[in-house]
Amino acid sequence: MTAPSAGAVSDRLTGLVAALRAHGVRIGTGETVDAAQAVAALGLADRELLREGLAATLLHGTGQRQVFDPVFDLYFPRGVGGPDGESADREDLRERLASALASGDQALMAGLAAEAVDGLGGYGASPGSDGWSSYQTLDRLRPQTLLARVRDDIRARSGGPEFADRLLDDEIRRRIEVFRGLVAAEARRRVAERRGRDEIARRAVAPTADRVDFLFAGKAQLAELRRTVQPLARKLATRLAARRRRAARGSIDLRRTLRGSLSTGGVPMRPVLRRRRPARPELVLLCDVSGSVSGFSDFTMLLVQALHDQFSKVRVFAFVNRIDEVTGLLVHGAADPEGLGARIRAEATLTGWHGSSDYGVALGEFAERHENAVGPRTTVFVLGDARTNMSDPNLPALRHIAERARRTYWLNPEQRSQWGTGDSAAPAYAGLVDMHECRTARQLGTLVTRLLPV
Amino acid sequence: MFTSVDDVSARLAATGYLASPAVATTVFLADRLGKPLLVEGPAGVGKTELAKAVAEVAGARLVRLQCYEGVDESRALYEWNHAKQLLRISAGRDETWDETRTDIFSEEFLLTRPLLTAIRGDDPKVLLIDETDKADIEVEGLLLEVLSDFQVTVPELGTITATRRPFVVLTSNASRELSEALRRRCLFLHIGFPDEELERRIVRLKVPGLDAALAESVVRVVGALRAMDLRKVPSVAETIDWAHTLLALGADTLDETVVRDSMGVLLKHQDDVLKAAAKLDLDAV
Ligand SMILES: Nc1ncnc2c1ncn2[C@@H]1O[C@H](COP(=O)(O)OP(=O)(O)OP(=O)(O)O)[C@@H](O)[C@H]1O
Ligand SMILES: [Mg+2]
Repeated sequence: MTAPSAGAVSDRLTGLVAALRAHGVRIGTGETVDAAQAVAALGLADRELLREGLAATLLHGTGQRQVFDPVFDLYFPRGVGGPDGESADREDLRERLASALASGDQALMAGLAAEAVDGLGGYGASPGSDGWSSYQTLDRLRPQTLLARVRDDIRARSGGPEFADRLLDDEIRRRIEVFRGLVAAEARRRVAERRGRDEIARRAVAPTADRVDFLFAGKAQLAELRRTVQPLARKLATRLAARRRRAARGSIDLRRTLRGSLSTGGVPMRPVLRRRRPARPELVLLCDVSGSVSGFSDFTMLLVQALHDQFSKVRVFAFVNRIDEVTGLLVHGAADPEGLGARIRAEATLTGWHGSSDYGVALGEFAERHENAVGPRTTVFVLGDARTNMSDPNLPALRHIAERARRTYWLNPEQRSQWGTGDSAAPAYAGLVDMHECRTARQLGTLVTRLLPV
Repeated sequence: MFTSVDDVSARLAATGYLASPAVATTVFLADRLGKPLLVEGPAGVGKTELAKAVAEVAGARLVRLQCYEGVDESRALYEWNHAKQLLRISAGRDETWDETRTDIFSEEFLLTRPLLTAIRGDDPKVLLIDETDKADIEVEGLLLEVLSDFQVTVPELGTITATRRPFVVLTSNASRELSEALRRRCLFLHIGFPDEELERRIVRLKVPGLDAALAESVVRVVGALRAMDLRKVPSVAETIDWAHTLLALGADTLDETVVRDSMGVLLKHQDDVLKAAAKLDLDAV
């Protein structure tokens, strides 16, 4: 990194902070002052120390780091412009990349990523429509096809066959993933030089997984979300436990207070509070698992499954236009979350003679065949976008369910402004039960903490 | 306390703690800016150990507040020794109640707890508030007060202000989200699993008898398990335990039998063991 002047550094810091704020990281002035002090204490010579120092002063949580790193790379770039020398040709790059992957040398890989973007990633000739594409770079370079070559290379260098060699392919794949990330970062940096970093920092840096809209999440983002189920469940369980404790607090147990006071000479110093031990509540989930909302319902089902010991009973029903109980599939599915949705759709009877959602029929079938699942201790959650494909919403069925249950909530993954547009029966259902917008994992976490019975 | 980030690394290493650049940088800044350090990360990555190492480097006393569900002011800050006060009252010397009262609310009857201990006296101290996420949310208010002004008010005695601020480390497993206000007081450090090279050095340091090639294999296998979707992935603590176990078993390389027999040290859940066995091509476990 060429050392920028003091004024330039404070401009960059301001830009960095603004970009982080735009991504929802809450940074006060206190943190900005700390960050400036960190820069002064660490100096600019070592970019990685600077990165860690700014992260330590500006961030407050682990999840923010994945936004921070790409933004930092834009405001404190590795360098300016392209690499020196003429651009490398593809075969030569592949050759050198293979050997960098074999030795696992990250610095070398970063240098090669810069060369690759420079040589293979440029497109367009006229200013305004030109740019740098990581997609094009990787498509031309095809690092994933180097696997066999790298494997042979490592095998040839190592002493002899070894137990851990069976892990080699996965290890190489992870290194290739790292390289792909380096290429993406380099392409963003080059584009930012053209278009201004403020814009790129806002547009081209992915939000944290918990802020991604369920309805628009890609496959990789859904996979990342699934990995957050266990930690999120742990967090929610602690919050539920705290709510439960507060609910149980209250009246003083006189007998136990007096018994406890014997050690203080009969003076009752520590009032003992009576503990209510209410029976744990029951939960019933009705989940639309049709293609349009499956990302949302899969995630929620996994989360509820992970929380199951908070309840005396959890039963889960899935529907598209017919409804079937999937509690058992979910219990066994916890070990294989990726496969859960597919298994539910394969093994349960969810569709009749057509394949699209029909809330009216599904709710009706539930009210008729499974009404015993719902009683005065049950809280019911309906998950879905309430898009009935123009068929009858069957409001009496939902009313019937809500009357039997202690509470009934509806979580809708659609933006509130979309409710009621097209074939959405959301406003009609919302007239009968509490309906909440639930677009992201973050919103779901908040709602679950607030709404789950304790 | 430290002259540079490298100085931090070198001196921590001398106590047996191998710091990543992120850890060394943040410790350096916490000292320079005089701010508490909040360390988050999975179990067994050396959060607690870091505080101990800093104390050793600084020649400071380690004062530890271990948090748990239900920890309260009387455990964290101070408490009056009621039993002793009652005894003193019933000893009934020849004096007025006012005199008695002044006497029983004096130092002699005060039980200081870690937060108060840490801000009293002139000797250097490291205050470790361990597993902060286990404490109830109310305790955070207390921490916030103490960590903002480094002073504590005991109504009967007055306000006690630190003459020398301790170096403060809070740790958390993130089982509960700590409040925004507390986070703002602190520098934030996430310690994740170390990279391969660092973990190899940790293993070699903690289990010196282990062959270098075997240490490398150990770290590779652990790395592969961490990449899997397990209920509980092995941490550094487990890597070290496994290395010790292998040493005790007299293994000089890894093979199916050794790995299968010692897998229980790394993984605590039976379904994780089964998954790992499939991944590592171990025959039926
Ligand atoms: N960087 C390191 N250098 C030396 N030893 C380490 C390092 N990281 C972890 N260890 C070792 O790992 C073990 C676990 O560390 P420690 O108890 O501090 O973990 P922790 O993060 O506090 O875990 P928990 O959340 O369970 O309290 C210790 O024996 C420690 O010596
Ligand atoms: Mg610990």
